[in-house]
Amino acid sequence: MPYVISFFEWFGGLGTFCARMAKSAFSRPFEFKEFVRQLDAIGSKSLPLVALAGAATGVVLSLQTRDSLSRFGAKSMLPAVIVFSLIRETGPVITGLVVSGRVGAGIGAELGSMKVTEQIDAMEASAVNPYKFLGATRVLACILMLPLLTLAADFFGIVLGWVANTLAEPVSFQLFIQNGFKAVTFNDFLPPTLKTAFFGLIIGVVSCFQGMNTSGGTEGVGRAATSSVVLSSLFLILADVVLVRFLLVFFP
Amino acid sequence: MKKADSPVIVTGLRKSFGKQTVLDGIDLRVERGETVAVLGRSGTGKSVLLKLLIGLEKPDAGSIQILGQEINGIPMDALNEIRKKMGFLFQQSALYDSLSVAENVEFPLSRHSKLSESERKQKARQLLQSVGLERDLGKMPSEISGGMQKRVALARAIALDPEVVLFDEPTTGLDPITASEIADLIIKLREERQITSIVVTHDMHAARKFSDSMLMLKDGTIRAQGTFEDLEKSRDEFVKRFLREAA
Repeated sequence: MPYVISFFEWFGGLGTFCARMAKSAFSRPFEFKEFVRQLDAIGSKSLPLVALAGAATGVVLSLQTRDSLSRFGAKSMLPAVIVFSLIRETGPVITGLVVSGRVGAGIGAELGSMKVTEQIDAMEASAVNPYKFLGATRVLACILMLPLLTLAADFFGIVLGWVANTLAEPVSFQLFIQNGFKAVTFNDFLPPTLKTAFFGLIIGVVSCFQGMNTSGGTEGVGRAATSSVVLSSLFLILADVVLVRFLLVFFP
Repeated sequence: MKKADSPVIVTGLRKSFGKQTVLDGIDLRVERGETVAVLGRSGTGKSVLLKLLIGLEKPDAGSIQILGQEINGIPMDALNEIRKKMGFLFQQSALYDSLSVAENVEFPLSRHSKLSESERKQKARQLLQSVGLERDLGKMPSEISGGMQKRVALARAIALDPEVVLFDEPTTGLDPITASEIADLIIKLREERQITSIVVTHDMHAARKFSDSMLMLKDGTIRAQGTFEDLEKSRDEFVKRFLREAA
């Protein structure tokens, strides 16, 4: 029974936290300088990892599907399979999971450490709203950066997919792109890319909530970092199931 | 001095955490420019009292008037307006570890003052100079000692020229010389800026040095209140023992 109560308490706390943060995010004064700092910390600094994950996915897709498609005599479909797979699903999900690991742990540990060393209390005592300064800036940066990072993952995935394909059977990049994007429509590209903004919302909100509710010293900071990653990844995967269904209905 | 002028008036303050009652009917009045030391054993709610006074905790019952305004239950914007006239020195200094020493002091100025960037930097330098740290502006909090961190935190606490400053164990964990220097800084604040201060401390020696009056907490209530000499005359066994052990 106590676990059930804790479960509902956690969701209640998360709801209240979201409401406070949403209220503070859209009221003056805006913390523009901190927001730009977070865009850099969350976006630019995640780029190498996201690019690498996207590239590796492109290579693996190329290696794995080449063999399968050859069996069905559909090898010419390989560029389309790589492009479709990356832009519709693999790119957004890989980006979401990589960012939830890197950024989620970072936010959880940083805010958790600030909480246990009373830095968040000090901020509040200085009449600065920590929900706005620490929370809203990070959540908005996650929302804005996830779609851009997804584009980077897609790009590197497609380029490295071509490289892997060319090493097995030479094909010009122009032809690869032409074949790959021949059947791609607006609905294949934009909605799946923009759904990652929702992943960013999940990563930002869950990590900030776990971090700002840390208790129990350094052990608590470790717990906050771990739970930020675990919970944001879990909610991201669950949200993806719902969003894919939603996108299939409204953007067939 | 008129009683209505008192910057801090606390009446019937109660606070519990779960089943544990931490403060049980505290009445306190601090006059303008007065320094009050709050004494008591660890875990008797001294730090909680300070957090209640600045609105970081909410009381279960009672009234807290800061600078003539009731802060219990007021909207956050109104509370923040009062907080701008207050300073808080945290027990562990609570410096922002991603900001340099100078940036820590500039932080409240950049948010609540209309000073230009160069004026803010100049003021931060002056404040750090007043606590003897003008050479450490660019250092990070992790690169300076605990005593220096306390001084930076003090400079940050008074950056907005507050009328009331709350100190949570300002001398704890410091060597006797640094502790004495911090006590001197608190006296300097009172003399130069007429700041009203409430200081939570275990350091009886420092408390005698900087405080005008003292109050001793036990079991959530005030056991004794007055000057050190008044406390010495107390017949309360706890007060007598506390003073004996602190001597």
